[in-house]
Amino acid sequence: MYEELLLTILLTSVPLVLAATGELVAERSGVLNLGVEGMMLMGAVSAFGAAILSGSPIVGMIAGAFGGMMTAAIFGLFALGLATNQVATGLALTIFGTGFSGLIGAPLVGKAIDGLPSLSIPLLSDLPLIGVAFQLDALAYISILLVAFVAYFLKRTRWGLVLRATGANHDSAHALGYNVLAVRWYAVLFGGLMAGLAGAYLPLVLTPHWAEGMTAGRGWIALALVVFASWQPWRVVVGAILFGGITIMQLAGQARGWTIQPQFLSMLPYLATIIVLVSISRSGGVLHKAPAHLGRIFYPTR
Amino acid sequence: MSVTPLFEAKAISKRFGDFTANDKVDFAINPGEIHALLGENGAGKSTFVKMVYGVLQPDDGQFYFQGQPVSLSGPQAARAMGIGMVFQHFSQFEALSVAENIQLAMDQNESLEALSRRIESLSQAYGIPIAADKLVADLSVGEQQRVEILRCLLQSPKLLIMDEPTSVLTPQETEQLFTVIRQLADEGCAILFISHKLDEIKALCKQATILRGGKKIDTLDSETHSKHQIAEMMVGTSISAITRKAGAIGTKSLFEAKGLSRPADGPFDITLSDISFSLYEGQILGIAGISGNGQDELMGALTGEWRDPSLIAHLSIGTDDLRTLSPEERRRKGVGFIPEDRNGHAAVPSMRLTENSLMTSHSAPEMTKKGLIADDVLADKTRQIIADYDVRTPEANPLASSLSGGNLQKFVVGREIARAPKVLIVSQPTWGVDIGAAQLIRSALLSLAQQGSAIFMISQDLEEIFAISSHIAVLHDGHLSATYELEEMTPEKVGLLMGGAQGERA
Repeated sequence: MYEELLLTILLTSVPLVLAATGELVAERSGVLNLGVEGMMLMGAVSAFGAAILSGSPIVGMIAGAFGGMMTAAIFGLFALGLATNQVATGLALTIFGTGFSGLIGAPLVGKAIDGLPSLSIPLLSDLPLIGVAFQLDALAYISILLVAFVAYFLKRTRWGLVLRATGANHDSAHALGYNVLAVRWYAVLFGGLMAGLAGAYLPLVLTPHWAEGMTAGRGWIALALVVFASWQPWRVVVGAILFGGITIMQLAGQARGWTIQPQFLSMLPYLATIIVLVSISRSGGVLHKAPAHLGRIFYPTR
Repeated sequence: MSVTPLFEAKAISKRFGDFTANDKVDFAINPGEIHALLGENGAGKSTFVKMVYGVLQPDDGQFYFQGQPVSLSGPQAARAMGIGMVFQHFSQFEALSVAENIQLAMDQNESLEALSRRIESLSQAYGIPIAADKLVADLSVGEQQRVEILRCLLQSPKLLIMDEPTSVLTPQETEQLFTVIRQLADEGCAILFISHKLDEIKALCKQATILRGGKKIDTLDSETHSKHQIAEMMVGTSISAITRKAGAIGTKSLFEAKGLSRPADGPFDITLSDISFSLYEGQILGIAGISGNGQDELMGALTGEWRDPSLIAHLSIGTDDLRTLSPEERRRKGVGFIPEDRNGHAAVPSMRLTENSLMTSHSAPEMTKKGLIADDVLADKTRQIIADYDVRTPEANPLASSLSGGNLQKFVVGREIARAPKVLIVSQPTWGVDIGAAQLIRSALLSLAQQGSAIFMISQDLEEIFAISSHIAVLHDGHLSATYELEEMTPEKVGLLMGGAQGERA
């Protein structure tokens, strides 16, 4: 029974890890993209549609990543190309993504697909309790590899350094001759790709059908998760499991007939988000600092 | 000269829209030469060096490096050629370490560990020690500049551009920097040194090129020309020394501070202990002292940004007790304030000048009509300040951020004086502004005092203190010395007090 619970928690946290890691990269480059929810929904609908058409969940996965990336490109066009306000553009992107995915997803409602199969890793998956962590699907393993890649990229590579520098001070990065807008474009597109994969995970693994607005606020939790992780990739994983845990405990509690109001329980992830945000802003240590030029508009001079 | 110059610029022009920042500027520098580039704020110095470093592209003209025509398409191209630049506002990343900052500016790939070792050995060689793994946020401004210099030195530059490198340094740090610069010049590196401190230029440079209004005025031998001659060429008009008219000081005390103590808020703050002074009609009390000896803390206590009535024995203007009053309430009692930092403290960069002038005058009755802002009155007042204080603006009502430092400072000073304060509290009135603007600001302060107001002026510029103060006191380690009359003070005496020596009572 505990194994089942743990498995569900892990599955719930995968899309959070994916979306938050992508957003983390965008934010480290200085771009605040509040359109994660919209990009996830576009990823979800693209993945589900492509999986139905092709019959292959792998094709669905790729289509989901592509759908998220294209949605991020809309954001890039405005926020980077036309230097619009990032907060307003991101919010608009979420509203757009919610509506547009509902529109093109309308004919898909009620259909079902075979999701991504689970891949058991021999030996490890036989371990008691934690063995479930090795009975997941390909995308879940990929998500951990992507976190490792992002952590290594940001900390150890030259281009990761350039990306962090762009977020820390875009004027200085520009003065040193780095192409700030190009760096941010790559980061935004990567963020979209990851959000698209996160969205794809919902119909491909969690619930093998499409429903309008099926991300149900996960995009917002992913955004909070980036702050919770204080912009450090591995902390995203910890936070995602924690947030996933809260979500699942609430469902499990309802099933066991806890006397607490279910509305209170479904409120918990958001409450935790707020508490974490408040405690981070109160502690205010250097470690928790946001990239200094996060959300600031960059005008190149020539 | 028979030698080919290391670097040459011929008829370089740069326009931003209708504004010509550089107009056919010629320039040449030889290896091992320390060459000054002089000019007031807005004369086009920064624009010119940015083109030399490839950050900006010229609209016209040609650069030559070692006699060959070159195009500097970007900083990478400039660095590849051997041109390095130390920026005025350091282009550093506070959240990154020293080594990471330097790595960003290096074009060849080198591991962080190897680079750290090179940084530390080079810093030892030039006598400017620095730890490569420290976060830049934890360094002092002087140390941050060392990072900039080391960054350039690692690329063994042939031409090093330094954009006002001393504006943030203490006198000792400046001396250290000059030693490094001379060492570099001896090794054959050409140095283009931008400053508007004439003393430094005379001490360091052989040649000086003067820019004014985007045009090159002359290249001259800075050793054979007097400071006064050079300054006049920079400003373009003859400079008359401002003179204080003595004897206008009244006997009526306008402003009293007694027993003001303030505990330090944090590890980098200074504890103020038992500060007392009085201001009389027509008096300008100059407060000398090296920065970081309690100037910010004292300023905060006088403006009312910090207030704790239990720690101040007495603070009053006339008969009104100020101890519990907010800055705005103090303003209404007739005190004016000009904080040191014009960007973000004295003025809001992202607001227009009208909004900035409303900021300190909104309680005046003529500024509102039935509770709404009287836009026409506000616009008139702002126009008046702009005209009276020669604030040069790109448009009628620009954003504060679009003004150069000197012009914004003239506006901020004008805004406060226009309110005709009985007492004006000002910190560093001419910090980082050019000679013309400083001159104007100082005479404005003098004429305010002549009209019977009292001025409390914190300044780190001794020349300024001696030029306009009627009385002088020195702030050292949170203690304020006794007040001396100008006549009984000499720069040496002030220097001793600044260093913490106990002055004998006059």
